[in-house]
Amino acid sequence: MNPANRKAVPATAAELRAAAVVLALALLLPLALDGYQLFQLTQVLAYAIALLGLNLLSGYNGQVSLGHGAFCAIGAYAAAILMTRFGLPYWLAVPAAGVVSLLAGLLFGLPALRLGGLHLALATFGLGLALPQLLKYKGLEAWTGGVQGIVLSKPEAPFGLPLDQDLWLYYFTLSATLPMFWVARNLIRGRIGRALVALRDAPIAAVAMGVDSARYRLFAFGVSALYAGVAGALAAVAVQFVAPDSYTIFFSIALLVGIVIGGLGSISGALYGALFIQFVPNIADELSSAAPWAIYGVFLLACAYLLPQGVAGALRRLAIRNARKG
Amino acid sequence: MEALVNQLLSGLASGGIYASLALALVMIYQATHHVNFAQGEMAMFSTYVAWTLIAAGFGYWAAFFLTLAFAFGLGFLIERLLVRPVARAPVLSVVVVFIGLLVIFNSLAGWLFSYSIRSFPSPFPQETLHLGRYLVTPHQLGAVGVTLIVLVLVFAFFRYTATGLAMRAAAQHPDSSRLAGIRVGRMLALGWGLAAAIGATAGMMAAPVVYLEPNMMSGILLYAFAGALLGGIDNPGGAVLGGFLVGVLENLLGAYVIGTEIKLSVALFLIVAVLLVRPRGLFGGRSLRS
Repeated sequence: MNPANRKAVPATAAELRAAAVVLALALLLPLALDGYQLFQLTQVLAYAIALLGLNLLSGYNGQVSLGHGAFCAIGAYAAAILMTRFGLPYWLAVPAAGVVSLLAGLLFGLPALRLGGLHLALATFGLGLALPQLLKYKGLEAWTGGVQGIVLSKPEAPFGLPLDQDLWLYYFTLSATLPMFWVARNLIRGRIGRALVALRDAPIAAVAMGVDSARYRLFAFGVSALYAGVAGALAAVAVQFVAPDSYTIFFSIALLVGIVIGGLGSISGALYGALFIQFVPNIADELSSAAPWAIYGVFLLACAYLLPQGVAGALRRLAIRNARKG
Repeated sequence: MEALVNQLLSGLASGGIYASLALALVMIYQATHHVNFAQGEMAMFSTYVAWTLIAAGFGYWAAFFLTLAFAFGLGFLIERLLVRPVARAPVLSVVVVFIGLLVIFNSLAGWLFSYSIRSFPSPFPQETLHLGRYLVTPHQLGAVGVTLIVLVLVFAFFRYTATGLAMRAAAQHPDSSRLAGIRVGRMLALGWGLAAAIGATAGMMAAPVVYLEPNMMSGILLYAFAGALLGGIDNPGGAVLGGFLVGVLENLLGAYVIGTEIKLSVALFLIVAVLLVRPRGLFGGRSLRS
C-alpha cells in the first residue's frame, strides 16, 4: 500500500470550523446550566462515546451487536469494583474499565465472529439478555453487590479548582469524550477505517485485496467494546451507582436506536443519537410510561425505511442542497 | 430418582413451549433467512388478545382459536407491509426493523394493558396428577399435548396439502416456483402468518406458568433461539427436538448444577457453544448462510 495512504486524511476547513463551534459550546454552555441539566449533559457525553463505539462496529463494519449494553455494564462494574474494592481513583478506574471491557469484548468476539451477520446478532442478543441475571447471581454478590448494586461517592474537583462537583464531572467526562472522538475519527479516515468499510460493503473483494477479515472484525469488536466500557464507567461515576437493572436488553436496544437515528456510519451521528436517547424519553415519559419505547420503535422503523442514514445523513443532504443553491 | 423424573417431566413441559416458538422462528428463517427477533413479543401481544377475549366473556377455546386467527392476520400483514420492503436489504436493516417491531409490541402491550402482572387461565384442570409416584400438572401435560398437535398439523400441512407444498417450493426455489405459477410473495406472507399463529400458541401455553406481562417472552425467546440453533435453524423437526432438549437441559442444570438464578446464561452458553462447535446444529443442512 502507498505510504501516503497510511496517514489520516487531514481535516478540511469546514470540519475544523464545525469542530471549533462544537468545542466552544461544549466548554462554555455548561457554565450557564444548573446541576441537573449538567448531569443530563454528562450522560449525553457518555452515551455519545458508547454510540461511537457501536457505530464503529455496526455502522462502519456492518456487524450487528444487539447486546452492547452488556459491555457498558462490564465497564461500569469494573470501574465500580476497582474504586470501592481496590481504592483506585475514578480517573484511573475509567481507563482501566475500558481495558477490562476490551478484554471481555475480545473474549466474546473470538467465538462470535466466526459466524457473521445474523449469528452475531443472535449471540449478542443473548449476551444482552443474560448479563443482568448474571450480575445478580449470588455467587458473584461479594463483587457485584447483587440486586443492590454498588454505590459510589461523588468526586470533588481536584487541585482546589473552584468548580462544583456536577460541573467538574461534566468537564471530566468531556476530557475523555474529546480524545475518544478524535481517535475514532482518525481510525475511520485511515487505512483501518477503509478496511472496515470494505469488509462491510464487499467482503469477498476486501479479502481478495489482502484485508485480514478475522483480524479487522475482531479489532472492531474489541474497540467498540472498549468504547462501550469507558462510556459505562463514565456514566457510573456520574450517577454514582451501578445496578443490574440499568443494563437490561432494553438498554442495549436504546443504543441501537441511538446509532440508527443519529446516523449509521457517521461520527457526528453519535452525538445526535446521544441527544435523542437522553432527552426524547424524558419528554415522552409525560405521556405514558410506555410512550418512550413506542416512540423508539416508531423512529426505528421510520429510519429503516425513510432515513437510512439517520439525522447525520439528512443534515449532510441538506448541506449539499444548500451548497448547490448558493 | 423421583425428583429426577419430575425435573425431566417439567423440563419437557417448558420444552414444548420453547419448541413451538423455535418452530415459528425456523419457519421464517427457512423461507426468508431472517431471524425474527420480534417473534416473542408478537406471541406475547397475541396472548393479551386472548386474555381480552376471555375477559369479554368468550370461552377459553373460542378465545384460543380467535387469537390464532388474529395472530395469523398480524403475521401476514407484518410480512406484507413491513418485512417485504427490506427483504433484500443488509442484515443490519432487517434486524433494525425486527427490533423496532419488538419494541413497538412491547410498549403497545404496556400501554394498552399496563405493565402489571396478570394471571392467565389454563384450559386444563387445576389439581396435580399422580402418575404412579410422579407428579405432573395437567397444564404441563396439556402444553406438551398442544405442542405435539401443532407439530402434527404443521407436518401434515406441509406434506399433504397443495398450499403446504407450494410454500416449501417457494422457500427453497423461489424463481423456479414463480415459473411454475406459485405466488411466492403470498406464500411468504402465509408462512409469516402461520409462524405467528404457532408463536401465539406458545404464548398462551406459557402465560399460565410465567404469568402475563409485556416482558414474559424475553427469556422464552432466548431458549427458543437456543433450541432452534441446537436442532438446526433450517430444520423444523430438528428445532422442535432442540426446543425440548433445551427445556430438559435447563431444568436439569437448574435443579442440580447451577441453580435457577442464572438460567438465562445457560441459554447464552448453549447458543455460543453451538455456534462454535457445530454451527449448523444437530440436524441442520450443510450450508449455512451468514
